[in-house]
Amino acid sequence: MIKVENLVKSFGAKRAVDDISFSVERGEVLGFLGPNGAGKSTTMRVITGFYPPTAGRVTVGGFDIVEDPLPAKRLIGYLPENAPGYAEMTVHGFLGFAAELRGLRGEAKKKAVQRAVETCFLESVLYQTIDTLSKGYKHRTCLAQSIIHDPDILILDEPTDGLDPNQKHEVRGLIKRMGEKKAIVFSTHILEEVEAACTRVIIIDRGRIVANDTPQALKARSKEGRLEDVFRSITLPDTVRA
Amino acid sequence: MNAWANIKAIMKRELGGYFTSPVAYVFLIIFLLLTGFFTFTVGNFFERGEASLVSFFTWHPWLYLFLVPAAGMRLWSEERRLGTLELLLTMPVTTWQAIVGKFLASWLFLIIALALTFPVWITVNWLGSPDNGVILAGYVGSALLAGAYLAISCMTSAMTRNQVISFIVSVMICLFLILAGFTPVTDLLVRWASPVFVQTIAAFSVMTHFESFQRGVIDLRDVAFFASVIGFALFATGVIIRGHRAG
Repeated sequence: MIKVENLVKSFGAKRAVDDISFSVERGEVLGFLGPNGAGKSTTMRVITGFYPPTAGRVTVGGFDIVEDPLPAKRLIGYLPENAPGYAEMTVHGFLGFAAELRGLRGEAKKKAVQRAVETCFLESVLYQTIDTLSKGYKHRTCLAQSIIHDPDILILDEPTDGLDPNQKHEVRGLIKRMGEKKAIVFSTHILEEVEAACTRVIIIDRGRIVANDTPQALKARSKEGRLEDVFRSITLPDTVRA
Repeated sequence: MNAWANIKAIMKRELGGYFTSPVAYVFLIIFLLLTGFFTFTVGNFFERGEASLVSFFTWHPWLYLFLVPAAGMRLWSEERRLGTLELLLTMPVTTWQAIVGKFLASWLFLIIALALTFPVWITVNWLGSPDNGVILAGYVGSALLAGAYLAISCMTSAMTRNQVISFIVSVMICLFLILAGFTPVTDLLVRWASPVFVQTIAAFSVMTHFESFQRGVIDLRDVAFFASVIGFALFATGVIIRGHRAG
């Protein structure tokens, strides 16, 4: 469903993403790991068509994201980092707007909003404006927006960031359930999350892929069988990089 | 059509955004108070003793100079500040549809504000018998002028996430567009520069084109001028937004 070939993304002289390739098929949940600033968000922004790539090619469901952006974007649901939302809109209004941009009208729109609200447990805040929501609700509102059109592909940038342990558990379960029928890419800093929800893990460091394997196989690389040890041995901490 | 449906959805959200925040009401009240003040007090509406809205329209380029950038400064900088720009542009809509949708929504808002000045029109019709064709032309010119300023605010708003910078830069550009054809300034310039040069500069001024609407003339060349300012500024907005993402 998603195919990334030799992707490079530079900002001025800085190469945020440096020649990475991978693909994700339906039924896969790909966990994106890496230190801060490794290029996770940048890669996701290129896949979703927000940033044009400097070099390389991204196809989504067979459509090139640069040449044929609209059909590619229709297939994707996207939760950007920090879960943005229009501050003065109500949750209901915001989800309705997202549904309209996804081409849903009338009864179909109503049903889509209702389904997303139920999936993300938003009933109690439906008519509150987004700037009055707690971080957890704000995050779930943006997550609801990403699944409003029941997309084949989900790109989730830190979907559990800022959630409490119960909410984290819910979202992981949701990702795992949806992953059976969709292609999902999500980024995280939480290593247990990867074990709980992913079928495959990619670790990127300074714009390059340093590991691409199943969680089990990665764990087997360390003596104690801990993902954390593997992560620390193949990525460099921020402090060393300068 | 799909494109129009997207533009409409974006327009609806943007216009709703004005009215769910205090922005719209503050803007409308200040706009109406100021137009009233300038028309009747500063513009000597009654002392003129003529049935026309000249004292009403004369002030519009100056009023809009501050009010239109205030209404337009949030258009794109707010999206960038909130991060919703990323959400909007990863939806299956083109950058164009987003720009046009947001612009039309704000323009419609300004036209609503302008339409709410109808008591002035009623007053002049009640007191005398003005040429309503001239007044209509004046309103058309005023709406086009607001559109041109707004498109410029749209462009400066796309440049920065800081609304204050966006406001100041667009006021400066609009001020230039006024002064280039403002008679006291052109009279001064003629002393140093050749009249052809001054006239060429003045042709880029909104004043030159706005004045003929006040005389009741809807000239296609004036309409084309405002349309091309709007077109150019919106095109520049698109270039700026793409530039940010290209890195």
